Amino acid sequence: MGKFNYKLVEDVAKELYIRALKILPPDVRESLKRAYEKESNPSAKTIFETILKNVEVADKEDMLICQDTGLPIYMVEIGSKFPVDGAKIKTALYEGAKRATLEYPFRGSSTHPVTRENPQTSVGEGLPVIHWEFNPDSDCLNILMIPKGSGSENMSTMKMFIPADGLAAVKKFVIDSVVASGSNPCPPGIIGVGIGGTADLVTWLAKKAIARPAGSRNPDPLFAELEEELEDAINGLGSGPMGLGGDISTLAVHIEWAYTHITQNPVAVNTQCWPARRARAKIWANGKVEYGF
Amino acid sequence: MASYVLKTPFDEKTMRSLKVRDIVTINGHIFGMRDKTMIYIFDQHNEPPVSLAGFPILHTAPSLKKVGDKWETIIVGTTTSTRMDRFSPALMENYGVRAIIGKSGLYQGSLDAMKRFGACYLAIVGGAAALETTQIEEVEEVYWPHLHPEAIYKFRVKDFGPLIVAMDSYGNNLYADVRAKVQVNLPQAYRKCKIDL
Repeated sequence: MGKFNYKLVEDVAKELYIRALKILPPDVRESLKRAYEKESNPSAKTIFETILKNVEVADKEDMLICQDTGLPIYMVEIGSKFPVDGAKIKTALYEGAKRATLEYPFRGSSTHPVTRENPQTSVGEGLPVIHWEFNPDSDCLNILMIPKGSGSENMSTMKMFIPADGLAAVKKFVIDSVVASGSNPCPPGIIGVGIGGTADLVTWLAKKAIARPAGSRNPDPLFAELEEELEDAINGLGSGPMGLGGDISTLAVHIEWAYTHITQNPVAVNTQCWPARRARAKIWANGKVEYGF
Repeated sequence: MASYVLKTPFDEKTMRSLKVRDIVTINGHIFGMRDKTMIYIFDQHNEPPVSLAGFPILHTAPSLKKVGDKWETIIVGTTTSTRMDRFSPALMENYGVRAIIGKSGLYQGSLDAMKRFGACYLAIVGGAAALETTQIEEVEEVYWPHLHPEAIYKFRVKDFGPLIVAMDSYGNNLYADVRAKVQVNLPQAYRKCKIDL
């Protein structure tokens, strides 16, 4: 345990932030291409054309996709066979996100909620957001990084329904949240839905849902069917890319779920913008690093 | 739906010839500013040190770096316009701004001002900042640099766009039209999900 150099985690945390801002995951690119081909509204088609051109320019010119470099979120999965010191990982993620911001350099958006002071580091009290999960069969540290822009994050919703409201209330809440968000979250992106759990868990589940590859289905057929049903309904609304009208209003609806209380029926919606940015790294104890999405 | 390549500064006649759904590409100069800049002008009563008459305003907080005397772009993108709505009618009335470029549109008061003074709201594709940055040839001037990244930026642009005319000088609002259409389609979406109303 003593031998592993946590400086490597810091370097990877920095690299992940920058990679996520520059390299759009292949599944998101495919979804956007399919949307462009399917779209029949002429102005919407122009928007998709511009989106695809932007991804191409970011690749070719080695540029950030979007200027909103967001708040950094790290989803960490620790394998049982990986020798780990959680506190050191936490420090390494903090330092890595800060170094990405200062060394690249790009605009830092982290701000004190009362004084509105911005240290221009993308971190601060409570940031970066870190979620911890564990995998008994893994021998590595698996880090998924999401830079979350404010246009989409500001549209987040959560509601504690009661059992008597039924599943219909949950579905209506999702659709109504999407309608209310309109053009703000830079649609068409991924609509993340959390169902069940407690108030904090349901919100995290919605965030976990947007972190999945675009268009992937929940392994449980009950929730996969629900995803398809909501996706179809939302794409029938006519809101379109950037809320300016069109056939494609969302790339995908993803649901994550948990058991809840007998008296509760919680739902949360977390929207991701069309540049559904994410980057992943796997780190092994011997210092090997593998980047992906 | 017509396409136009327009050169700045714009005159009233040109702006009144644009209708919602038209596509516009801009050559010439545009001025970038946002929340803090407008609070500085209108709430703290500072006169802009440059004439904005006839020019478009872009809602942006650019990432720039200063190399010698020059400002170079790292990434310039566009932010949500509704936060700047309160200042938009006065930009048109007091300073002769002819176009506002942003995402998500503005409210009724701004639409009324566009009708009165002959101006348009041009919707950019949000999130497409890499492309937007390559269309900026030069950051010619940064006024009020102490406000950076919310100063006034004079950008020289080439083939800046495509921009969709989303609010025009005839009181048309594409966002409102789409929202109305969504309301019409909403009962069908509920039915698809077996939601009884």
